[in-house]
Amino acid sequence: MMTVSSIENGIVLDHIAAGRGMDLYKALGLDELSCLVAVITNAYSKKMGRKDIIKIDAEIDLNLDIIGYFDPNITVNIIKDGVNTKKPKIEPPERIENIIRCKNPRCITTVEQELPHVFKLTDRENMVYRCIYCESKAK
Amino acid sequence: MRNLIDILDLTTSEIDELISVANDIIESPKKYAHKCDGKKLATLFFEPSTRTRLSFEAAMYELGGNVLGFSEAQSSSSAKGESVADTVKVVGYYADIIAMRHPKEGAPMVASMKSDIPIINAGDGGHNHPTQTLTDLLTIYREKGRFDGLTVGLCGDLKFGRTVHSLIGALSRYNNVKFVLISPNELTIPEYIKKEVLEAKNIEFVETASLDEVMPELDVLYMTRVQRERFFNEQDYIRLKDSYILTPEKLLSAKKDMCILHPLPRVNEISVAVDSDPRAKYFVQAQNGKYIRMALILKLLEVE
Ligand SMILES: [Zn+2]
Repeated sequence: MMTVSSIENGIVLDHIAAGRGMDLYKALGLDELSCLVAVITNAYSKKMGRKDIIKIDAEIDLNLDIIGYFDPNITVNIIKDGVNTKKPKIEPPERIENIIRCKNPRCITTVEQELPHVFKLTDRENMVYRCIYCESKAK
Repeated sequence: MRNLIDILDLTTSEIDELISVANDIIESPKKYAHKCDGKKLATLFFEPSTRTRLSFEAAMYELGGNVLGFSEAQSSSSAKGESVADTVKVVGYYADIIAMRHPKEGAPMVASMKSDIPIINAGDGGHNHPTQTLTDLLTIYREKGRFDGLTVGLCGDLKFGRTVHSLIGALSRYNNVKFVLISPNELTIPEYIKKEVLEAKNIEFVETASLDEVMPELDVLYMTRVQRERFFNEQDYIRLKDSYILTPEKLLSAKKDMCILHPLPRVNEISVAVDSDPRAKYFVQAQNGKYIRMALILKLLEVE
């Protein structure tokens, strides 16, 4: 088995659906970091079969809303001095701003460029987000 | 300060209150002739809709108020690239309330977030048109005396017809309303309305392609226009537009006290021969539109 060394101080994002690690990497803007970041794909998981993991070798401020919107089943482990100190609870956010864009070609956001793209969680069970302006479902 | 962006912004008791004020206006219009003296309504129509605009303007004049505004984007500042937010901010210095029509969905919502005066959505693309729904509700109430227990037939373009979607949303909050959805297969009601409104609230509904079959059970028949711009293909439009034309012969099997509504303008979906039938209420409906808008302006301006 290939190993990626454990980190002393940083963040481990675990239980990412297999194959989606790189998408989350981009969504969180981790490509803009200068520290060591490892994206592990298709790791073995008892619970999920296969999963992706992201290890970030620095204590950065993560936008938990992005993770919650991306997939609330992801676990976030914050490591300090080699010890897992806390696991913030990941929940789908009630409202997301400028994380995704409205794709409805008839939406006012298509003509007014400066408007923030805001979505509200309208159905928690099915994770449905709708544009606050035109009410289109986020895709 | 309140706005009206979506019909569901109003509770059923607020709708009942608007209906009762509108009924009182119809009963004694003189009482209301000076309620809005010195007030101004701005009609900001970024796309033309003469009928809706005239209805709003007549409503304000009948309340003693005045009207200013524009009737198409070409003559407005948006043609020069001004944002909706900036436009309503400026208009707020000149008027007391705004009725806004815009081709883009959500524009009145944006306006309401930035405006210092109440915004009424007078139609935003294929999205919402709450004053049409209020008009429909007032007409149904005046004709039938209630909403509870009615069997409401909706016929024509149920796929793109926003008036139909809003009316279903509004009526689904009353008790035991049954919907009969009559349309060609190509224009059936969207899945999300079935799932999120009808099934979610356990509301009885049937879907059918035959108006004749269901005619005898309807208390209300709401006809809609099949619009050319909804079709990519001219042949589909021509084939479907004549599928559901209401004629005196079709009405033979209808209840004697059924009422026929249509948001107007009609193309040919209701034969002119139906106009003289006492059940035809679509012109009364257009007139009711003015009265319910009067009631709405009073409410949003908080005029007693
Ligand atoms: Zn939108």
